[in-house]
Amino acid sequence: MADLKMADAATKPATATGASPVLAVQDLQAWYGESHILHGINFNVNAGEVVTLLGRNGAGKTTTLKSVMGIIGKRTGSVRFDGQEIIRASSDKIARMGVAFCPEERGIFASLDVRENLLLPPIVRPGGLSLEQIFDLFPNLKERLDSQGTKLSGGEQQMLAIARILRTGARFLMLDEPTEGLAPVIIQQIGHTIARLKKEGFTILLVEQNFRFAATVADRYYIVEHGKVIDGFANADLQANMDKLHTYLGV
Amino acid sequence: MQALYAQLLVGLINGSFYALLSLGLAVIFGMLNIINFAHGAVYMMGAFVAYFLLNVAGIGYWPALIIAPIVVGIFGMILERTMLQWLAGLDHLYGLLLTFGLALIIQGVFQNYFGSSGLPYSIPDELKGGMNLGFMYLPIYRGWVVIFSLIVCIGTWYLIERTRLGAYLRAATENPTLVRAFGINVPRMITLTYGLGVGLAALAGVLSAPINQVRPLMGENVIIVVFAVVVIGGMGSIMGSIITGFALGVIEGLTKYFYPEASNTVVFVLMVLVLLVKPTGLTGRAA
Amino acid sequence: MTAMTDDSIPVTPRAIHDEMIAFGIMAALLLVVPLTGIYPFFVMQALCFALLACAFNLLIGYGGLLSFGHAMFLGTAGYCTAHALKVWGVSPELGILVGTAGAAALAVITGLVAIRRQGIYFAMITLALSQLLFFIYLQAPFTHGEDGIQGIPQGRLFGVFNLANPTILYYVILAGFLFGFLVIFRTINSPFGEVLKAIRENEPRAISLGYKTDQYKLLAYILSGTLAGLAGALKVFVAQNASLTDVEVAMSGQIVLMTLVGGLGTVFGPVVGAFIIVAMQQYLSGLGQWVTVIQGAVFVVCVLTFRRGIIGEVAHYFRRSL
Repeated sequence: MADLKMADAATKPATATGASPVLAVQDLQAWYGESHILHGINFNVNAGEVVTLLGRNGAGKTTTLKSVMGIIGKRTGSVRFDGQEIIRASSDKIARMGVAFCPEERGIFASLDVRENLLLPPIVRPGGLSLEQIFDLFPNLKERLDSQGTKLSGGEQQMLAIARILRTGARFLMLDEPTEGLAPVIIQQIGHTIARLKKEGFTILLVEQNFRFAATVADRYYIVEHGKVIDGFANADLQANMDKLHTYLGV
Repeated sequence: MQALYAQLLVGLINGSFYALLSLGLAVIFGMLNIINFAHGAVYMMGAFVAYFLLNVAGIGYWPALIIAPIVVGIFGMILERTMLQWLAGLDHLYGLLLTFGLALIIQGVFQNYFGSSGLPYSIPDELKGGMNLGFMYLPIYRGWVVIFSLIVCIGTWYLIERTRLGAYLRAATENPTLVRAFGINVPRMITLTYGLGVGLAALAGVLSAPINQVRPLMGENVIIVVFAVVVIGGMGSIMGSIITGFALGVIEGLTKYFYPEASNTVVFVLMVLVLLVKPTGLTGRAA
Repeated sequence: MTAMTDDSIPVTPRAIHDEMIAFGIMAALLLVVPLTGIYPFFVMQALCFALLACAFNLLIGYGGLLSFGHAMFLGTAGYCTAHALKVWGVSPELGILVGTAGAAALAVITGLVAIRRQGIYFAMITLALSQLLFFIYLQAPFTHGEDGIQGIPQGRLFGVFNLANPTILYYVILAGFLFGFLVIFRTINSPFGEVLKAIRENEPRAISLGYKTDQYKLLAYILSGTLAGLAGALKVFVAQNASLTDVEVAMSGQIVLMTLVGGLGTVFGPVVGAFIIVAMQQYLSGLGQWVTVIQGAVFVVCVLTFRRGIIGEVAHYFRRSL
């Protein structure tokens, strides 16, 4: 019961907007083999929002994204996407419903060239970005279409990893630490991209360590600690929550 | 010289079978992380299906070339769905043991009904006879086997390296979890891949039927030679498998001419040499 | 990925104590066999295969290396011993020594090649090496090809024990088996065995700790091959022949099967497995090729549902090390 109360507190900013959420996660628990990682995650993401999960290393942010995507073996609780329960669905089914995932390690395939990497994820529904629009966002990729995927620089690989899920028509994107290990100028470019995607109506769930970056794009934040969501607030209340945030993140 | 060319041709034919078989092994290993010990048994099944088609249903060589690989491929897919699938996540060696057991079962059953002697399968009329090339007499069927195998090998290479389906396959070999999270049904792909690898072996079996006769144990020794081919060539590259397969067949053929006593062992000796010089195999990545 | 022989029960003084008791029971049972009227030929044969399987198990169970060509040691030792006894006319003890030394030499040579790769490749390489040897023996004159070496004199061990007497032969074979078994048991529980287990669990880590893992693996391989050779040399006195069937791939497969049925990485599993498989062949021999089918089915069932093997399951149930 204590968990549920916490959840109420955490989801308050979401209910304020009034719309039914694109993603509603309730009491999500997940295991890696024998080890219990998520102990009851609760949060919502509304249409058109950019929501960021913040938290220390090992808090369970990445595991939360992977559980939503259906690639963690054992998971319980409820994950509703567009009103449908997907906690037991396989990841290919979840992807076909319009959920796209960009993993932390980027997952660029070494045995595929850039073009093949870009075209790999199948179109799951109409309304994805065209190749022209993608090259407009990431002009670098166009020049390197015939390179081997892993020969790209770290920044280019990250752009490729984001670009390839924009084609599919999925309107809900999960980005796991897209700025990790990248130069400031590239981080800025990724920030612009996220802002533009938001303007075009994409819904984005972001995991970030880089709190300064998150502040430039996010509408709302959830704090994850020890496999639970322990707090949540809107971007407007960021300054008011600064002290708390420093305690949570230990920065 | 006639004899040399004849042995060279025999070498090319054996090389065709080695290439088709090691290609299938490599494709299966990439997706399933299993060394398919039953590969020799399904090669034999391909030949037997062609034999049954002809003698029971009156269906000839040309349709058998398509039907037999499909029938055996479906058999393989059933094996994958009912057994191999359950080995995911376990040590690769369990796959080897399971498929070894399957090979024993399959070969044992055929031996019970057909003994150990060979059943004849005649060359289709269109490919009977031969032509004089001046320097040698070329039986048409043998030439056909080499050329057709080469086409199938290159076709498979093209499918895997140059098409969208192949891109799925290569990507899923690297990171099946992520490919599945893009909305691709990876378990189905794995099943189809096993079917493809097994189908290629069955195709080699049909091609070999008129040359080597149809015998329950025809795949027993071949599979061990193909293992050596795979160790020599490495399983990282499709083209590497094809080239190594043909090359070793030719070397074996040449050995038959120059030093026949060693023709059974030359591939294994080469494997030892390669392991001493370049342990990862000629085209291989570190395992 | 889970290792093939996940040794979750740590080696403790109690574990060794359990194993000693089990060893005592096994030795006592085997000692009274001639008094029971059980066909000694069957038990002797099973003992040779049990030693062979134990030697194989040393490599897979404790070194993580699956050899699919262990029949080459059985066959090589068999040919060497048989040749020495029949052609050179040496005494039995010298014949056993020649056979074992032959297998040891083969292990040194093939080991240097095979340990260059691991896992699945190691299995394929050992298989190919044994096939290479098969073809050599098929053509070499001293093996007499398809006929094998027949009618081998058994002689008197140390000039005293008449090996033509089944009871005496039985105790000699039993002594050889117990000797080999104890060597393996001692090895597993030695610092050398601990390093082997460390390599099996995590080779890069063992390397980073400063162990020359290749040397350890090679040593384990040579020891395994040598003891498999001892089994092959002893078997000559039981079967009184040496033939190609002992070098065949099918034989290597049977060695794997015995160990798998009994329990990979257990101390007593290979012994139990060897008795079961030898008995199975004995009683099902009337079924012809169906025996192969049944063996294949046992493989499949073991891999799919029974990966711990008989002794592995027993040990797991009682949470003991056996």
